[in-house]
Amino acid sequence: METPNLETKEVINSNIQMEPTVMNDTTRRNADNLEVKGESGLETRGVHAWFDKHHALADVSLHFPENTVTGLIGPSGCGKSTFLRLLNRMHEFIPKAAMAGQVLFEGNDIYADDVNAIDMRRRIGMVFQKPNPFPAMNIGENVVAGLKLSKIKSANKDEVIEDCLTRAGLWNEVKDRLKSPGGSLSGGQQQRLCIARSLALKPDVLLLDEPCSALDPGSTLRVEETIVQLSESMTIVIVTHNMQQAARVSDYCAFFLSDGGPGHLVEADLTTNIFSNPKDTRTADYVQGRFG
Amino acid sequence: MTTILDAVEVPAPKRPWNKKRQTFVRSAILVGISLAVSWVLSSVTELGGVLGFYLGLAVCLPVVVLFESIRHGRNIAIDRVASSVILAMFGAVIIPWISIVATVYQKGSKAFYWGYLTTDMRVTASGDALEFGGVLHAIVGTLILVLIASIISVPLGISAAIYVVEIKGRFASTVRFFTQAMSGVPSIVAGLFIYSTICVFFGGFSAWAGALAYSILMLPTVARTSEEVLKLVPDELRAASYALGASQARTVFQVVLPTIATGLVTSAILGIARVAGETAPLLLTASYFVATSRNVNEPIASLPIYIFSSLGLGDANATTRAWGGSLVLLIVVFVLFSIARGLSARLSRK
Amino acid sequence: MIKDDLVPQQRKLVSSYTLVDRIFRRVITTGGLFSLVVLGLIGAFLLYRGFEIFSDFGFSFITGEVWNIGDPMDTSTAVLGIGAMLMGSVITSVIAILIAVPCAIAVALFIEYYSPQRLRLILTAVLDLVAAIPSVIFGIWGYAVLLPIIEDWSVPLERWLDFIPIFSVPSGIFGRSPFLAGMLLALMVIPIVTSVAREVYSQAPRDLIDASFALGGTRWGAIRNVVIPFGRSGLVGGAMLGLGRALGETVAVYLTLNLVFDINFRILGSAGGNVASLIASKFGEATEYELKALMAAGLVLFLVTLMVNFVASFIVNRSSKII
Repeated sequence: METPNLETKEVINSNIQMEPTVMNDTTRRNADNLEVKGESGLETRGVHAWFDKHHALADVSLHFPENTVTGLIGPSGCGKSTFLRLLNRMHEFIPKAAMAGQVLFEGNDIYADDVNAIDMRRRIGMVFQKPNPFPAMNIGENVVAGLKLSKIKSANKDEVIEDCLTRAGLWNEVKDRLKSPGGSLSGGQQQRLCIARSLALKPDVLLLDEPCSALDPGSTLRVEETIVQLSESMTIVIVTHNMQQAARVSDYCAFFLSDGGPGHLVEADLTTNIFSNPKDTRTADYVQGRFG
Repeated sequence: MTTILDAVEVPAPKRPWNKKRQTFVRSAILVGISLAVSWVLSSVTELGGVLGFYLGLAVCLPVVVLFESIRHGRNIAIDRVASSVILAMFGAVIIPWISIVATVYQKGSKAFYWGYLTTDMRVTASGDALEFGGVLHAIVGTLILVLIASIISVPLGISAAIYVVEIKGRFASTVRFFTQAMSGVPSIVAGLFIYSTICVFFGGFSAWAGALAYSILMLPTVARTSEEVLKLVPDELRAASYALGASQARTVFQVVLPTIATGLVTSAILGIARVAGETAPLLLTASYFVATSRNVNEPIASLPIYIFSSLGLGDANATTRAWGGSLVLLIVVFVLFSIARGLSARLSRK
Repeated sequence: MIKDDLVPQQRKLVSSYTLVDRIFRRVITTGGLFSLVVLGLIGAFLLYRGFEIFSDFGFSFITGEVWNIGDPMDTSTAVLGIGAMLMGSVITSVIAILIAVPCAIAVALFIEYYSPQRLRLILTAVLDLVAAIPSVIFGIWGYAVLLPIIEDWSVPLERWLDFIPIFSVPSGIFGRSPFLAGMLLALMVIPIVTSVAREVYSQAPRDLIDASFALGGTRWGAIRNVVIPFGRSGLVGGAMLGLGRALGETVAVYLTLNLVFDINFRILGSAGGNVASLIASKFGEATEYELKALMAAGLVLFLVTLMVNFVASFIVNRSSKII
């Protein structure tokens, strides 16, 4: 598979509308090939987050169009990671955490009473800042770990392993050593292994929390390439501190800021607009490096 | 300056994942079904009484949960079964412990009368009514044994800790290792050792011997706790003292130790709590005596031996007195432990 | 790179202690070495006093099952062996550990991952308190409360399971059995193992637990795949610490196990013993010669528990270094 030309992507970016393009087959189907009713993609409406009494995030309303990459940018401490964790209900593992507002996935609020959070997390996957392959498992086992945890039987494990590692851009490097332990890879390879692991569950959305911040520039580039490729088949949300990375990788950007109070959304637009003519002066200041 | 909070109406924080009422109702129903099934089982089979009932519950609950959860998916079913198994095992362990404390209280309080703590067994026969005799000699004896043992083991234990943390001598890791090994010496072996040396040499049982056996068992606890507390003292404090020209001795005694004085007291109390209830070493060293005595060269009473020997007497009143002694001993140990915990909580709050 | 001949020679840093400090250091060092000295003395004295027994009986002291003083006046008629008691120590301790370890895992997991925050502190305190309960109290409770219950259970258990040899009891006498002693020891040992397990489980890597949840796993999935494998070596160390405690326990076993000099694998039957309770029971009326045998038995017990505790601390220290 040839690596996509990132410059071409920027050209394509500038032609994309805010609304998803309508394809000929208007029946939308999800990863299990079941018909999806209601709106596609991921959306938040008026979302707030608290850590005990501390109000960390205020009133974020954001729509993530299908099969795009949205970058969440902003200085540290303004709630980007917290926001990300609200999207797959990982926020609630923090003791005394609270939230308000709605997170809609395929038109349904994931915080509704009848929603099974555990099943939902298969559809909305997450890759963390520090690569965390399971040390007790080998590479192959790591890839299908999600299937094992969700007790999903898969007909052909080897096929799944090869497919996911290929999509993560790791297959060629590890195909001869699938039995070596997960921890024996380099940082960048471990991160791509974690991506492959998330892919095994065939998610519709993939959330990445500063996935490259612990990696060297070479690995970073390869992970970014993987992300761009994956966005053809799933919605991706990536939190990043690195503005250049946001510019390289994302179709849309959302700029978060905290002015002493809770973090909130300042501006969200096409990446090209955010960087070349942002509407808010604070956005302009940030992307031009005057603070952050 | 205007913040986002001025512009937006802030809703109340919610925790939609906390389905407390739902979970409670569901659990109550499941426990109810399991109780019913296990009641049936325990009446039908001979697995006796209350505990057979609990055994039935512990088996039925996971099964019931399994059936209920299967429609949610294997993943969740296994998770819920695991939760119920863990809960059942937890209960299986807590119930006997509660029973111990409850039984000691229930049976022990029968031996109590107004003079119980102030009389000894000098003139009371074992079969005499429970309004005669008491546990004074045992209390005094334990106090004496513990006092002498502390005088010996606390300085030695703190020394060992100072050696490891302050002096960091060549043998530091060896000392640490052997002190830890010493905590594994069975109490009867400590008693046997003291018997084979002191008792054989000086001829006969004595409180001295008992106290020495106690100090062997106490020393590792004191040393380990003191070491942990010493490590809490920041190096900057020592550096400040040395920079003022103080000798190491002065630094240790006038700067380091006073800083953690509470901690050292805690380690002594923990050591005492550890040995106060030990029976086996005293069987071979201090033996037993029915009267209150302060003579350290003779056998002496103690709470554990009081309990043990009363049990051996066989008759009902003696057994009740044994329970009474148990109650006193349990209270003593719990009080010591609570004091130690309270002190160490205050230390960590500093 | 700096040329070799340009690197200055290191100066020797000499600091000599003042007289006060030298005395201080000597005194403290002596105090510190005390534990080594005492351990050495224990071994030495027990060997010294019991040596005659080892030379008279040799290895059969450890394996022999008979304890017969014979004619007190003539020591050559004595046949002494702690084999039955040693086996009894092993049997009761193994029963104890087999019961205690799963329970300790459950309690540790409950405290760390299932109980609410406030309950956690209370439970940890409860654990410490139970560990402090003296063994004589466990013994008296075991005799008065647990014994009748175990007796009640042993009858149907024996009836259903008697095709397995260890559960059959031809004599029909239940009561103060290795099973009872083992159960009681388990209750005494669980706090120790649980404390170690809880310590280890609380340090399980949070990022792997997060990854487990993010992949659609449940709480048990995270526990089974991350926490338990992580805590494996710590748990083994804790189990060995508990084993050491169980092997050396005297009074609790004395009160709940009928001392019989016969290796008894029928754990529901009323016979058994352990070395510690042997020493306690025979001590009162022992002859000179018998005392020497008790010393020898004490030495064996000392060495066995020392070894178990060495291995235990080694494992526990090593597992905490990995953390």
